[in-house]
Amino acid sequence: MIATTGAGACHFALVGTPNSGKTALFNALTGNRQKVANYPGVTVERKSGALVTPSGRKVTIVDLPGTYSLRARSPDEEITRDVVLGRLAAEAQPDLLLCVADSTNLRLAIRLVLELKHVGRPLMLVLNMIDIANKRGVEIDVEKMSAALGVPVVTAVAIRRGGTDALLRQIDELVANRPENVPHSWHSPTVGELRAAQREADAILRATVRNPAKADNLTTRLDAVLLHPVAGLVILFVLLFVMFQAVFSWAQPLMNLISSGFDALGALAHDTLPGGILQSFIQNGVISGVGSVIVFLPQILTLFLFILLLEDLGYMARAAFLMDRIMGGAGLHGRAFIPLLSSFACAIPGIMATRVIDNKRDRLTTILVAPLMTCSARIPVYTLIISAFVPATKVWGLFSLQGLVMFGLYAGGIFSALGVSFVAKYVFWRDQPSPPFMLELPDYKLPRVKSVALGLYTRAKAFLQRAGTTIFSMMVLIWFLASFPQAPANATEPPINYSVAAWIGHAMQPVLAPVGFNWQISVALVPGMAAREVAVAALGTVYSIEGGKQAASAIGHVLAGKWSLATALALLVWYIFAPQCASTLAVIRRETGSWKWMAITFAYMLTLAYIAAFATFHIAVAMGAG
Amino acid sequence: MRIRRNTNGREFVSRDSQVVTVKTSSPLGRALPGFRGRIDAIQAAEHTSVLSADELERRLIELGFVEGAIVEILHEGFFGRDPIAVRVDNATVALRRREAMAVLVT
Repeated sequence: MIATTGAGACHFALVGTPNSGKTALFNALTGNRQKVANYPGVTVERKSGALVTPSGRKVTIVDLPGTYSLRARSPDEEITRDVVLGRLAAEAQPDLLLCVADSTNLRLAIRLVLELKHVGRPLMLVLNMIDIANKRGVEIDVEKMSAALGVPVVTAVAIRRGGTDALLRQIDELVANRPENVPHSWHSPTVGELRAAQREADAILRATVRNPAKADNLTTRLDAVLLHPVAGLVILFVLLFVMFQAVFSWAQPLMNLISSGFDALGALAHDTLPGGILQSFIQNGVISGVGSVIVFLPQILTLFLFILLLEDLGYMARAAFLMDRIMGGAGLHGRAFIPLLSSFACAIPGIMATRVIDNKRDRLTTILVAPLMTCSARIPVYTLIISAFVPATKVWGLFSLQGLVMFGLYAGGIFSALGVSFVAKYVFWRDQPSPPFMLELPDYKLPRVKSVALGLYTRAKAFLQRAGTTIFSMMVLIWFLASFPQAPANATEPPINYSVAAWIGHAMQPVLAPVGFNWQISVALVPGMAAREVAVAALGTVYSIEGGKQAASAIGHVLAGKWSLATALALLVWYIFAPQCASTLAVIRRETGSWKWMAITFAYMLTLAYIAAFATFHIAVAMGAG
Repeated sequence: MRIRRNTNGREFVSRDSQVVTVKTSSPLGRALPGFRGRIDAIQAAEHTSVLSADELERRLIELGFVEGAIVEILHEGFFGRDPIAVRVDNATVALRRREAMAVLVT
């Protein structure tokens, strides 16, 4: 028996090069018995799961970030190294390492196996995607390879039912047959050792693989177009355009449905509950508050659907290739493209995705500018103000003016992000030459419905959890502040004018008056720190609109009567820059491991927001929009 | 004697009118799309990558750039013909020309 952890359960780890299908294998082995958490102290995702082998043995498996070597170069790869070597206090050293390899692309994986042998733990090589390899005429002598490597080798097809049966049987056999734990002798390989290992790997492959895979025909043909210097860029931009179009138009019917659902729920609460404070709390505080946020779930999921599909397809690495030089002009790394694209959905996954950038300075620049990308939480704020203040006219009979303003706000975010990174790179970090861009371009693969669905499910769960906790508690708080103390019986003004919210708003107003904000906006910005979209619901509550959210157009109607155009424009511009998201700041703090970077992000964004809103307000007033 | 240069090295016509190709190594970072050759050496010492020569060499090896491997330039970017997509045996790797200068090919 291998030394076991816990109640007789074995603990395995999945290791492998990027794009080896490691996660697909993990999904196949563990199904929905998965747990996603973070390693303590870092935000590298720790994905673990459980399975039972044919002989009834319980096994826990942890899926480690992909790497070419244990020489860790990024936070992700450090986790892989530390878990494999048993250096992580919170994580037991795995009893068995399963090294996963793409059967059509074995060179680098075999070298990794040779390196992993030095760890001294029992090791097994899993030749994944063997079906694709066989289809392409590759013949692998598994027994000979196993003998040459000195480790068991087994084939698998992660994405097919029963494709992991042989693997499971082999695991049982291995656990029963007690391989020796050799003392660990791993050290960071030198150039000479790496070269020797790669030569040995190549020799083993020559001896054990017949007809090694040629370039994948489909990939070659697709790349001829998708990586074409001109056509490739055009297609990328069309793709991005379609993506944003989809986020706004496809999601609309579902959003209307959710919105009217919550309205009906609110009306039901209104009718069944006795009038008074409880009715107001349930209807205005809970239902309309949470509903105003959940309504954006379809947009967020549409955006993530595109990102997950492109990732699974293998296109994201190509996008980084196409954008590397363009982003380099602004001082960003090609790999920053994926995190920044995700930031259009939400800066939090975007910032977490910067872990693939190995250079620290590049990673910091990307983290600093990611919150400037127009995240989906800004959409409700923009939509509300634009529909209230911008006339729905056509420009040149073709584009709607409202759409153009929206586009301008997105462009404003993108260009300011490029500007900030340019300044960071060429003013503060001028002495740092540009770090290398080196990335494997995987073969294209049809995305699996199951893995995309699993990804979407995870995102939806995270979003709803946030809506149910952070946003919900903020809405309760704002309702409370706006309702107490209650107006005296002989009140002549609206009740909210007697509340704590009014007091806070008036206290903040002197600071925000120069940018054209009244006290109602000031008070809405406070809960807006929890999440940007909360400001919309908060404005609704503050303006005492009964039913809180009797469709956004009702709030908009009231706003149009109370604000000047200059104020509305200033608030729009404020939202491009303002660091109005406590969760983003918290993630920056966690990812950079320092309060300093969080403070810098907060300060620079707030400064930009204030200056830009100030300029917008005064220019608009000067032009007669005051 | 007429000397024609091609991307693989120098070609000339010998005395007995046979075309002989003398292979000379040149950096992969200068080659054009369509170039196909074999890696002669990794020489990271003289290059201005942000990485140390040692680290650049290790990273190149980890992506499969070792002596004897067959490489082919498949694609290049629009701006400054950079970066390049290189087929290394049966994998495709994207890198910038600056780093590809360290890979000598014939």
